[in-house]
Amino acid sequence: MHKLLLLGDEAIAQAGIDAGMSGIFAYPGTPSTEINEFVHASGEAKEKGIVARWSANEKTAAEAALGMSYAGKRTMTCMKHVGLNVAADVFLNASITGTGGGLLFVVADDPSMHSSQNEQDSRVYGKFAMIPILEPSNQQEAYDMVHLGFEISEKFSVPVMLRITTRLAHSRSGVVRKDSREQNKLKLPSDMKQFILLPALARKKYQKLIDNQDAFQSLSEKSDYNTYTPGRDHSMGVVACGLAYNYLMDNYQGRDVPYPVVKVSQYPLPYNNIRKLYDECDSILVIEEGYPVVEEMLRGFIGDGKQVLGRLDGTLPRTGELSPNIVGAALGFPEGEIREVPSLVAKRPPSLCKGCPHIDSFLGLNEAMEEYGKGKVFSDIGCYTLAALPPYESINSCVDMGASITMAKGAADAGLKPAVAVIGDSTFTHSGITGLLDAVNDKSNITVVILDNATTGMTGGQPSAALGKIEGICRGVGVENEHIRVIKPLPKRHEENTRVFREELAYEGVSVIIPRRECIQTLNKRMRQKFSEKTKKADK
Amino acid sequence: MKNDIILAGVGGQGILSIAAIIGYAAVESGLYLKQAEVHGMSQRGGDVQSHLRLSSEEIFSDLIPMGKADMIISVEPMESLRYLPYLSPDGWLITNTETFINIPDYPEKEEVIKEVRKLTNHVALNAGRIALDIGNKKAANVVVLGAASPFIDIPFEKLENAVSRLFGKKGREVAGLNLEALRAGRRIAKNDTGK
Repeated sequence: MHKLLLLGDEAIAQAGIDAGMSGIFAYPGTPSTEINEFVHASGEAKEKGIVARWSANEKTAAEAALGMSYAGKRTMTCMKHVGLNVAADVFLNASITGTGGGLLFVVADDPSMHSSQNEQDSRVYGKFAMIPILEPSNQQEAYDMVHLGFEISEKFSVPVMLRITTRLAHSRSGVVRKDSREQNKLKLPSDMKQFILLPALARKKYQKLIDNQDAFQSLSEKSDYNTYTPGRDHSMGVVACGLAYNYLMDNYQGRDVPYPVVKVSQYPLPYNNIRKLYDECDSILVIEEGYPVVEEMLRGFIGDGKQVLGRLDGTLPRTGELSPNIVGAALGFPEGEIREVPSLVAKRPPSLCKGCPHIDSFLGLNEAMEEYGKGKVFSDIGCYTLAALPPYESINSCVDMGASITMAKGAADAGLKPAVAVIGDSTFTHSGITGLLDAVNDKSNITVVILDNATTGMTGGQPSAALGKIEGICRGVGVENEHIRVIKPLPKRHEENTRVFREELAYEGVSVIIPRRECIQTLNKRMRQKFSEKTKKADK
Repeated sequence: MKNDIILAGVGGQGILSIAAIIGYAAVESGLYLKQAEVHGMSQRGGDVQSHLRLSSEEIFSDLIPMGKADMIISVEPMESLRYLPYLSPDGWLITNTETFINIPDYPEKEEVIKEVRKLTNHVALNAGRIALDIGNKKAANVVVLGAASPFIDIPFEKLENAVSRLFGKKGREVAGLNLEALRAGRRIAKNDTGK
């Protein structure tokens, strides 16, 4: 059987292409970015006419997906865990409207915060919305579960969540494909009021979601992905969710696990398997990536049942990604001989690239801010967040997408002077525009620096929704034309740029400075492509 | 057969190309494979690593347990040392000796190399210079892979084939140059270790 070597993200994308998906909508975010990138680059997807779009943010992406589902077509929307916060409104309400064509919310969590500001567990959201959740333990399951997810979504008219974590998203393995399925035909909902959540209608729809809970439970009980494996040692039973199952199995290297094991890859939590395990074992070890979601359920609020081991009692660390060693320790395996890192090895944190335009922007801003002192620059999420580190140490906040502008506004309203916001072009169109409107309407005294590198840089250079539109947006929102200043961040223009920063910092009102120069990474990539096309031509 | 390999370097140095070559060759050899990569923020000049696991049996964990890696393949000497906790007691360290200095507190190069040489099982070579002699400094990562090839349980022709296929996209000249880089690295490792 021919296997494709795919990242977990790519397996999901390929599955969508094979399962008759008609469109995919996303905003880039590590570790979810490669799903949409793969569909973008796929010749097969192009041939099939699959729509692959980078949306302005996760909310607009999810809403577009819901619209495509309304029209009867299969669709997925992909985001990182914190992206689901942005899309939470449509996510929770789509569980009430239900779906037309199959609708998947693919959400990639980032335990240990490799590239994120928190490690929230999306399974909590899935439970919140009362929808089925699929949590693959490997790349093949990720592929297969896209097919299953679409089927469940269409059968029960409900969005389905596919939850993965960084390690699966960015790990490659062999995947066997299924036969390709035709796309759905365009079809309006049979009930024209299905998507109207007026209170009287919404109550009925909500009741339907409640009524479906038994059916979702029954799916989990029967799911091939939720298994029970007997074991001879009943002093402990193990519940292993999603990826955590691999770390359990790795510790036994192909030998039988002595304890009974329940593997969970589909939620709601399968009752029968867990009941059996609970009844026959003296204690239960819960291994799960993310929050102690299942562990809390088994422990219960009073917690006077059998002993439940996991993240809450310290058997496993309370935070962070799991590993074979961490799980091995919880299972009582002794740590083998482990070498130490020599003391001379220095930390090598990520840094702004050589030639990055942000460097020149921050050097100018830093000099202009000298007379005002530290602590007045709010920032946002992107490569430029690295300016928090030495040698720049230019910024004082990074919270959520768009928060730089609104936090600066709030601080300015409190009397902070000057209050500066630094935000990237893509983050600005993601969630910055409405905040800028607030500031203009309230005549707040802020200076907004929109770093325009013409791309979504941190995630690898996806197109920016802001391209060529920033001044127009600022004018449209009501920023005065003479206080929209475009500069070119280059070392040779340092003096001139610093002067512009000084002038606008001194202005009492909303001003916008746009340092504009292409990301050095996308520029290099373009040059390489140009070069390789030339050599290819020469070869022929 | 089982090879657990840690690939190490600095974001942008091409460790994912090494992973792709071994991965392609492994799949062609009918082996199971899992390969965990680092994407996102760390790629911006930070330390990056990839866990590459090859086996004739099913592989569960995407991550290699500490103390169990058969080898560390590194394109930068200090980075090779960062992952020593993963290396098994009889594992091999194969590293480029050329430093990549983008931090203010990088240790003395001689001290770093001294630490590498403390390991009984090591291959250390100036891959950048070898690649430059062949014609393109960018092939340093493939030189390092060549030096690691005697320790990887995949027939060498499969690795050559993978290099031809993966670099073939960039033109014949690039593919030929990288093949030469692979062979040069292998020759040096074989001379050094008698493997």
